[in-house]
Amino acid sequence: MSDLAISSAPVADDHAEQVARTADAHETRGRWLLSLPAMLIILIAAIGPLLVMIVYSFMTKGGYGGVVWKPSLDGWFSVLYTRDIFDETQVTFADAHLAVFWRSLKLSGITTLLTLLLGLPTAYFIATRAERHRELWLFLITIPFWTNQLIRTFAIEEVIRKDGLINRVLEFTGLGQVLTSAGFKFPLLLLNTDFAIGFGMTYVFLPLMVLPIYASIEKLDFRLVEAGYDLYANRLQVLWRIILPIVKPGIIAGSILVFIPSLGAYVIPRILGGGKQMMIGNLIDLQFGQGRNWPLGSALSITLMTVVMIALMVYVRTASGNRSGAHV
Amino acid sequence: MHGTALAQVATDVPAISIERVSKTFGGAADIVRAVDDVSLAIRRNEFFTLLGPSGCGKTTLLRLIAGFEHPTRGRLLLEGEDISALPPYKRPVNTVFQNYALFPHMTVAQNIGFGLEMLGKPKAEIAATVDAMLKLVRMEELKNRRTSQISGGQQQRVALARALAPKPKVLLLDEPLSALDFKLRKDMQIELKRLQSETGITFVFVTHDQEEALTMSDRIAVMAKGKVLQVGSPRDIYDRPAERFVANFIGDTNFIEAELTSYVGRDGTIRLPSGVQLSASVPEGGVSNGKVTVVVRPEHARLSTETAGKPLTGTLENIVYFGTDTHYHLRLPSGEPFMVRQQNARDQANRFANGDVLGIEFGDHAAQVLRD
Repeated sequence: MSDLAISSAPVADDHAEQVARTADAHETRGRWLLSLPAMLIILIAAIGPLLVMIVYSFMTKGGYGGVVWKPSLDGWFSVLYTRDIFDETQVTFADAHLAVFWRSLKLSGITTLLTLLLGLPTAYFIATRAERHRELWLFLITIPFWTNQLIRTFAIEEVIRKDGLINRVLEFTGLGQVLTSAGFKFPLLLLNTDFAIGFGMTYVFLPLMVLPIYASIEKLDFRLVEAGYDLYANRLQVLWRIILPIVKPGIIAGSILVFIPSLGAYVIPRILGGGKQMMIGNLIDLQFGQGRNWPLGSALSITLMTVVMIALMVYVRTASGNRSGAHV
Repeated sequence: MHGTALAQVATDVPAISIERVSKTFGGAADIVRAVDDVSLAIRRNEFFTLLGPSGCGKTTLLRLIAGFEHPTRGRLLLEGEDISALPPYKRPVNTVFQNYALFPHMTVAQNIGFGLEMLGKPKAEIAATVDAMLKLVRMEELKNRRTSQISGGQQQRVALARALAPKPKVLLLDEPLSALDFKLRKDMQIELKRLQSETGITFVFVTHDQEEALTMSDRIAVMAKGKVLQVGSPRDIYDRPAERFVANFIGDTNFIEAELTSYVGRDGTIRLPSGVQLSASVPEGGVSNGKVTVVVRPEHARLSTETAGKPLTGTLENIVYFGTDTHYHLRLPSGEPFMVRQQNARDQANRFANGDVLGIEFGDHAAQVLRD
């Protein structure tokens, strides 16, 4: 009897273990279900429209918008070339679209650089406050997010337009006269310029730069900074050789978060650029609206996406290159 | 000619002079005196230890020397030159940090070469020094590793090499061994002593571990509440503690009440309650005659079955066997505890039993009079 009990014990144990293991397997196998809702949304809202756009870009444009289901390369062709209205065989290189692309890249690049220059010291300042004050500062930084973007953008317009806040203040303080006598034009015509767009985007996207940099500075061990000072590095050298390399992941993340949405910005260039200073977003919008050229709009969209992806890949490669090499 | 004359003068100048330095933190309401009117002279080529419990101000004092903090009052001299106002990157002093603070984005060699690079040394010289340093701390084969890929003990060695590479006049070590396990700590203690004698650099070492301080230091400064209580060689500090705190903090101690009848210089005579007169050591600067507290180390006392004529008698309450020695816990007639430590011999039978009334004797100068 007792022999039996002893010999059966391990068997029972084995069995229990097996049951547990299969239960485990069941559980992990079932876990993908958790990601199902997100997967569905991505499928419906991202991949689906993308496929539609790719298909549209290879179709013929309809007379009143939409597409005619007849395959054509005209959409892609029009990205860089135009045909003469009267003689379809006359093809000329169209630099108008390229100019818009270039302005978008330039403005997005400048915006990224400006937000970095403004955001890095801000993030450093917040990260070095006493812990209980940091939340307040972070809250203040994110306040722009709390207002509707359209309203914010109109508010900027109100500040910089011809008889807006800046020019009024200059006039009242008499600085306007000083500017005039110094040979500048007064009132300052800031609206509908690249400056206005860059200014607006810098303001709107600044928090997206500050937050990731703050997160990486907060994790920075300040004894490393002391070690730098101890080893004869002055303030600038400590910043350049120790702080920046360590917070680089935050800078990369912030730059990506600012660059991509600025490249596709629509509302800000529309309002502050006044339709004269177009960016890609506006150009694409034009094709789907007044332009009634959906294939071209689709082709431009895909081009934009490709440019962003290539730029991103190149940037991440070069920005974090020397790190991955030594890890091998 | 001129140079040698200067060098000769300079050897008499302490590596570091701390002159009445105070450091306070906080406002008027909650002011903290981390370092309170401390004066010290640390000699050249000395292994000098700042010893004390946490919060005694030893780390603040080290940070003042490094330049991470600036004194509220007083001044700091490095080889006779006032460095009180210099930022850390202008002081020829390097630090080994408690958690090493190695740069995570650099290799071992880049870490070690960093100080020299900042000093603007030529590349060839940096490479040569880095190699020499790697050899000194026996880390040649890990030269191109990332600091995250090496063990704690190896990180410790890199931190040492990094701080030694620029050949500082003084090396500051902030509890550098506290993060290591016991065996590694023992090895590193020997290693540190070797490095100090090989490089001839003045070491200022901060620790709360009294054993570490006793085994490694040339001289020790015992600190408490921002003040330096006593400075001396390990033997001095252990055998001749001047204050109750010092005696208590370092090693096991017996305190007994006695009367100081007379003294000349550091030699005094005390009378114990039993009426026995003994010679005793008196702290530097002297004390007032009369009632004093006397310290006797447990291993400096002996037990005897004879009680007549012995300085002290006590009832044996507990015997604790430690292998190499045995601790006898006694109770004096005054109610005070007293411990005697005796080395064990192979052929020695246990002569004493709990409840025995025993005589306690100790030799001339085993007793040390305390200042407070």
